[in-house]
Amino acid sequence: MDVMFSQEDLAFRDEVRAFFSAEFDPALAKERQGGQGADYKSAIVKWQKKLHAKGWIAPGWPTEYGGTGWSVTQKFIFETERGAAGIPDVVPFGLKMVAPVIYTFGNEEQKAKFLPRILSSEDWWCQGYSEPGAGSDLAALNTTADYAGENYIVNGRKIWTTLAQYADWIFCLVRTSKEVRKQQGISFLLIDMKSPGITVKPIVTIDGKHSLNEVLFEDVEVPVENLIGEQDKGWTYAKALLAHERTGMADVADSKRSFAALKARASDEVNGGVAMIEDPVFQMRLSDIEMELMALEYTELRVYASMAAGGMPGPESSLLKIKGTEIVQAIQELQLQLAAYYGSALPAASEHDVLGHEYAAEARSSYMYGRAATIYGGSNEVQRNVIAKMVLGV
Amino acid sequence: MNFEYSEEQTMIKDSVERFVREEYGFDVRRQIIASDDGYSREYWAKFAELGWLSIPFAEQYGGYGGSVDDVAAIMEALGKGNVVEPFVPTVLMFGGLLAHSGNEALMSAYIPRIIAGKCLGAFAYLERQSRFEMTDIATTARSEKDKLIINGEKTVVLNATNADSLVVAVRTGGEQFDRRGISLIVVDTDTPGVEVTGYAMMDGQRAANIKFVDVAVAKDCLLGALDEGMDVVDKMVPEALLALCAQAQGVMETLNETTVNYTKTRNQFGVPISSFQVLQHRMVDNFMAAEQARSMLYRGLCAFGSGSVETEYERSRSLHALKAVVAKSSKLIGEEAIQIHGGMGMTDELDVGHFVKRLMTINTMFGDGDYHQKAFNRLSYQSAS
Repeated sequence: MDVMFSQEDLAFRDEVRAFFSAEFDPALAKERQGGQGADYKSAIVKWQKKLHAKGWIAPGWPTEYGGTGWSVTQKFIFETERGAAGIPDVVPFGLKMVAPVIYTFGNEEQKAKFLPRILSSEDWWCQGYSEPGAGSDLAALNTTADYAGENYIVNGRKIWTTLAQYADWIFCLVRTSKEVRKQQGISFLLIDMKSPGITVKPIVTIDGKHSLNEVLFEDVEVPVENLIGEQDKGWTYAKALLAHERTGMADVADSKRSFAALKARASDEVNGGVAMIEDPVFQMRLSDIEMELMALEYTELRVYASMAAGGMPGPESSLLKIKGTEIVQAIQELQLQLAAYYGSALPAASEHDVLGHEYAAEARSSYMYGRAATIYGGSNEVQRNVIAKMVLGV
Repeated sequence: MNFEYSEEQTMIKDSVERFVREEYGFDVRRQIIASDDGYSREYWAKFAELGWLSIPFAEQYGGYGGSVDDVAAIMEALGKGNVVEPFVPTVLMFGGLLAHSGNEALMSAYIPRIIAGKCLGAFAYLERQSRFEMTDIATTARSEKDKLIINGEKTVVLNATNADSLVVAVRTGGEQFDRRGISLIVVDTDTPGVEVTGYAMMDGQRAANIKFVDVAVAKDCLLGALDEGMDVVDKMVPEALLALCAQAQGVMETLNETTVNYTKTRNQFGVPISSFQVLQHRMVDNFMAAEQARSMLYRGLCAFGSGSVETEYERSRSLHALKAVVAKSSKLIGEEAIQIHGGMGMTDELDVGHFVKRLMTINTMFGDGDYHQKAFNRLSYQSAS
């Protein structure tokens, strides 16, 4: 049993580190943390274009479409170094969500049309899955696409659509048949956001910011060539995508970084003349998190090691999302606790303009928005259902 | 990077598991713990024959030369069977102290006999007042010519009623709590002045309080340097802790499996209770607690493995965190196993309670979860200013 990397892997790690430190502009991390301000899109696209120029934008893709050809271990190292450097992940909707569906189930025309523009970040994608009546029970979705000659006519509402306000395209699950079992009448459609009949309505979240949206479709015409695979088979494609997404949700490296920041703040914050990091109760709260994180780090390593050895991820992989998001939230909670009164104070004019504690506004908003982590990507309750069924067999 | 047991380790693990499956059923175990000895001599001889007692010892003494992983592989399997035979006190504590002592004469005298199953041992360190502080030692040994004369009392010495020999931690210098001034002495239990009062632990293990009244032993029975016994203890304890946590892993996973299986067969309201989501989610939490404990175990095994490049600081943190995480996971899993088994979980005739009591006993070994979490905190959280 060992955790050693090979010399080649260590050399690769150094190369990744060197690239990140030379090319990444920390202002981007701040921009992202600051919210989805006006400069957010251009900043993230600028960074993604740098990754693209380096050839590192899509490690998960097959090489024929622009993937890096990295080993499992190299992908793991890349992700770990990204998190450790405080670099936000790429916006996942195009690169990690729709692209695998396109290159796995799409036709040659679709691959040629969409994949290069996803790689180069020319197109910004968003995800049209959830609906007001279809959350955890996604197959209950009701947005319809009626076949009418050369077009589908799409009507309905999608909700919780992250960053749709910037999107050029949306990939949607739509109902094309009501005659069959609810999972079977669903199709996978790619829709141009500029199509007449689409309205994007902002949803302001409890952090006071706008990253979520409602997307309304009224008699939107979608050319039939934008259908992925076969009509009524969309559920199968979406499920394959979910399996693709299952690993890499633990965010261990990111959490290690934010935990280190938390410790630094706890060392600065003083109560009754004693640094919070010296407070025995606060120390217990810190170590409750840190020990879980140390365990999760090895859980993640176990998953990668078994994949690197050519195996499938074992049952341990199924807990990555639950534990990973619980830890993210626990760190945010302590961060807000450290901010004390200042965490409750809304900034007067600008987001960064808070008296006393410059991190307090961020602590509040990341805590509030962080509640979403256990809801999105399959709520943690749904994840428990999955583990109960797939692992425990109950 | 590799987190699998090797082929050889898997073979050892399989052979222990086969023994547990075929020969160490719950009824057999109950008979063993109800017997006078509290362990099976026949099985102990078998363990020796199969080479299990030789695993951690150096080849020059007839050992297998195994690593912490090798021991963990065995301990997990022993945990699955809730095996009560005194592997930890004899091989890992008594034997571990000998093996780390550097005392050639004592190692040659005792280790081959441990391996052969001819010598049971124990480590007498706890005292009434000492709780988890291993340096809180009041038992003394004074020097008289070529002898050391021991006086004092040790408590909860695991396996002492069956032990042929003990390692006794005594104060030869310094004050209470001083690390320096503690010495280790090998004492055969038939030495005059050794009074053993035996009892059973709740998990079936045997233990004893031992009075030492002017017990005279030759000075060459000193293990390690005079006054520097803690150096030897500090090498043994991490290995014993890793082994105990591996054993707890076997117990926890067995409890989880037993509980899940029970819910599939227990019908209420006309359906198996496994169909209730409230139980499903709790069993998922139990599963995750066991997986996280396994990850911490691997972290510890990697940190203390032969090729490890981990710093002393990170090793200590890993070990404290491991024991603390195992404490939390085993408390959750044990309590949930009883709860989900309902009334049956309360009965002595079901193995569940016996597994839980093993976890509870392991929790107290060399410091409970809170003790180790506090130690982790001390190492990890200091003000930068």
